[in-house]
Amino acid sequence: MSATGIGAPVRRKEDQRFITGKGQYTDDINRPGQTYAVFVRSPHAHANLKRIDTAAALRSPGCLAVYTGADIAADKVGGLICGWMIHSKDGSPMKAGAHPALAQGKVRYVGDHVAVVIGETLAQAKDAAELVTVGYEALPAVVDLASAQNPGQAQVHAEAPNNTVYQWHLGDKAAVDAAFSNARHVTRIDLVNNRLIPNAIEPRAAIGEYDSGQDSLTLHTTSQNPHVARLVLAAFIGLAPEHKLRVIAPDVGGGFGSKIFIYAEEVLCLWAARKVGRPVKWTGDRSEAFLADAHGRDHATTAELALDGDGRILALRAKTKANLGGYLSTFASSVPTYLYAPLLSGQYNIPAIYCEVDGVYTNTAPVDAYRGAGRPEATFVVERLVEVAARQTGQDPAEFRRKNFITSFPHATPVIMTYDAGDYGACLNKALELADHKGVAARKSESARKGLKRGIGFSAYIEACGIAPSQAVGSLGAGVGLWESAEVRVNPTGSVEVLTGSHSHGQGHETTFAQLVSERLGIPIDQITVVHGDTDKVQFGMGTYGSRSGAVGMSAIYYAIDKVIVKAKKVAGFVLEVPGDTVDFNQGIFSSKATNKTLTFPEVALQAYIAHKFTGAQLEPGLKEGAFFDPTNFTFPSGVHICEVEIDPDTGATRIDRWTAVDDFGTLINPMIVEGQVHGGVAQGVGQALLEGAVYDKNGQLVTASFMDYTMPRAGDLPSLKVDMVSTPCPSNPLGIKGCGEAGAIAAPAAVINAITDALGHEDIAMPATPLAVWRAAQKSPARMAAE
Amino acid sequence: MYAFDYHRPQSVADAAKLLAANKEAKLLAGGHTLLPTMKLRLAKPSAIIDLSRVAELKGIDRKGNALVIGAMTTHSEVADSSVVKSAIPGLVAVANVIGDPHVRHRGTIGGSVANNDPAADYPAALLALGATIATNKREIRADDFFKGLFATALQDGEIITRISLPVPAKFGYAKFPNPASRYALVGVAAAQTGAQARVAVTGAGKNGVFRHPAAEAALANSWSAQALGSLATNASQMLSDIHADAAYRAHLVGVMARRAVAAAG
Repeated sequence: MSATGIGAPVRRKEDQRFITGKGQYTDDINRPGQTYAVFVRSPHAHANLKRIDTAAALRSPGCLAVYTGADIAADKVGGLICGWMIHSKDGSPMKAGAHPALAQGKVRYVGDHVAVVIGETLAQAKDAAELVTVGYEALPAVVDLASAQNPGQAQVHAEAPNNTVYQWHLGDKAAVDAAFSNARHVTRIDLVNNRLIPNAIEPRAAIGEYDSGQDSLTLHTTSQNPHVARLVLAAFIGLAPEHKLRVIAPDVGGGFGSKIFIYAEEVLCLWAARKVGRPVKWTGDRSEAFLADAHGRDHATTAELALDGDGRILALRAKTKANLGGYLSTFASSVPTYLYAPLLSGQYNIPAIYCEVDGVYTNTAPVDAYRGAGRPEATFVVERLVEVAARQTGQDPAEFRRKNFITSFPHATPVIMTYDAGDYGACLNKALELADHKGVAARKSESARKGLKRGIGFSAYIEACGIAPSQAVGSLGAGVGLWESAEVRVNPTGSVEVLTGSHSHGQGHETTFAQLVSERLGIPIDQITVVHGDTDKVQFGMGTYGSRSGAVGMSAIYYAIDKVIVKAKKVAGFVLEVPGDTVDFNQGIFSSKATNKTLTFPEVALQAYIAHKFTGAQLEPGLKEGAFFDPTNFTFPSGVHICEVEIDPDTGATRIDRWTAVDDFGTLINPMIVEGQVHGGVAQGVGQALLEGAVYDKNGQLVTASFMDYTMPRAGDLPSLKVDMVSTPCPSNPLGIKGCGEAGAIAAPAAVINAITDALGHEDIAMPATPLAVWRAAQKSPARMAAE
Repeated sequence: MYAFDYHRPQSVADAAKLLAANKEAKLLAGGHTLLPTMKLRLAKPSAIIDLSRVAELKGIDRKGNALVIGAMTTHSEVADSSVVKSAIPGLVAVANVIGDPHVRHRGTIGGSVANNDPAADYPAALLALGATIATNKREIRADDFFKGLFATALQDGEIITRISLPVPAKFGYAKFPNPASRYALVGVAAAQTGAQARVAVTGAGKNGVFRHPAAEAALANSWSAQALGSLATNASQMLSDIHADAAYRAHLVGVMARRAVAAAG
């Protein structure tokens, strides 16, 4: 292993500019003649728009324009799309209402976009926005997920009767019903997977710009996938042809999924830039982020597990209602369906699985992918079920899991997926040892002496990452392919630029991707630049989400490097005056059995460009190659997390005393960055379990609309984490990478709740397990069912 | 934020003149409530009168049996003060649990007291200690000063100059923070002076900070956490929100009261 190659804990190259304030975030960019956009947003969850009076706003100093739904309709601006078609179990396509960038006659959540005001300055735009008067006719709001589908409820969209977007299912219902009828024990639980608000450090922002000379548009925006944004803005929203539209996503300060989607604000900045003939900038404030960034999770599930008399799992059944909010966001339909139910086998050999999911409209912010996207919801279902089943049948939770682990690979589950590699028992063993599981009883006694309740909780999670084989997802309704592209450009002096369709918004790609190149071309890491996030520089790409950049994005780079090496060997053959097929390349040196001369990589690069040693008939000059990589399977990161909590029953305060994470991410490129991803993921998962929860009141007003009421995890909420790895390389990509970006957020919630319920002695607590919730739960007496 | 005039007087007299001349002016004494409210365009003061350069409003002194703290003394200055530590060590603990380090280096005791946020920490401490709040016009006993949610006895044109705290025999403060804001979900301050006990509760009451007569009677009888073992608090007078309902707050008052007494020693 070289000091900067694969497996080295190289310090992040990008941190120099981030920690010295030299990052270029969208709000750092200012364009000549720039104007400012401010949005007039609905204060009602559900209302008819009777009239919008813009006259006073237009008279306000510095106000350049006010646009409403009528203006975008007149310009035939296309609506925002949902890019994954889900079919209901009766075969009918999902019932989606229109999603205009500015409301057309009706608003559907607090924060919905009613008008956009363009001002010379931000303050003037805000002043003018206050003068826009809107006549609303308030309608009853649909807020409660449980009752949203009841007859007689208000209708969010006329296209979706009973607010039901789809009634989807997966699995073999008959086989599952048969298994349950033969079961010796059935465990049944009701779960709520609480709604989360993403809260990346950098709020969303956009600058639209029109070049009348070129008749082209440029959008600077906070995007995790600028090429997909360009495709949607061109092909569906119709703002400009693809070749006349440039999307630049510079440094982006966190996304967690919320910056995958194509939102109204960037559409309107781009469209308005052409209308006013000047650049239009919008930077969301934190209040807007709370109201109008796509939220995450929000499931209500009833789940059942059937066991035989030996404690083996026979079948799993789940019925889920998924809150999709007031409109279908870009990938909203796929998250509670194909990103959720195919993971319900967990790490376990479960012969039969059946899952039904209703996608439901409500008068709340749109809900879409958030770190883990469907897989945290599935893991929470599986790992709560397994834990409760073990407790109910008097089995040790760790050994019950071990007994049901999948142990041979490949393993086809009953719900689409074929797991390719893993060693779940090895992760469990290592985690039990690191967590000092043998000492739990003694620690519980010690806590009890202090009047505290200690509990331990496991989460043996699996996820499907490396998203995704294009043909497979196409057959499931995806509107796009999910391959990745890369181009490796070698300069004449031997330095390298890697152009990638992946997008880094905190993941450290500028370091890890450079490590791959350093390893394979044998050149120093400071000779490598990673270029991403600009549709004029990188030809195409699918962006970063679903823990795909390592497994898919780096694989594309890997194969582009293969091609570079093939070409470089030919060049070296001409220079060394030996047959090209005798040239070896190893650790940056070209050599041949036919000569004792050698060449370095920069020497060959120079020869490729000066082209003095071969003719144009023999070889094309230059050294630049590209590759598209389409994976043949998902990747399946897995692991075991163990959480140990101590609860103060007097106050309900829960303190996480210990956290152990043993993950199998396959090959690690940079173990320091991987550990950081585990830390961040666990923090977000602990946030969901203990702290975070979006609350709407019955009128659809967001109660948790600021950090005064929405609790983000803080450093003090977490102990020092014990993180270790097991590695079974992934066989479906050349590097053996599985992906690590979402694991902690997927694993953590079940581990926390399993620990709290262990401490309480009963299962009756929902997330977030706030002090209030835990104090209430601690009032109930332990009611663990006896072994059957 | 709407436009406003900014003034930075050097003396209380100049500040008072500016205040008298600007009916819609606000005093800036840390700004942790005022500035966010202005940024959200929920407040529109005509002028801001920044007290940060008024030297006579700063400083911490021991004067006989009282600790005297200038109104513009920051929370971190209180927390770090050896004078405070020797006179009322429990007050260091109060200052140390306000907000976070950024807040503690900008926020001031006078600003906190004048704002009388129903979940602020200082009002409970001042009420339990029987403090006197001095203004440019008069002196007001803490018992007469705090008038409900964000309401005080301060009149137009009145500026808090210093807080005088009688040094007690014992004083402790226990706070259960709101998980999100870290304001007090329930904070209880308990002080013993001679045979008298004073207990004040913040964060919990519908009408803001309040004294707890039952707790005071129990502690006057026996200054110990055990004496509060069966302390009852009327839940109908408690705030209720997503973080804590009234029953939970009423329960926490008892828990925090016992912990405050335990902390006082």
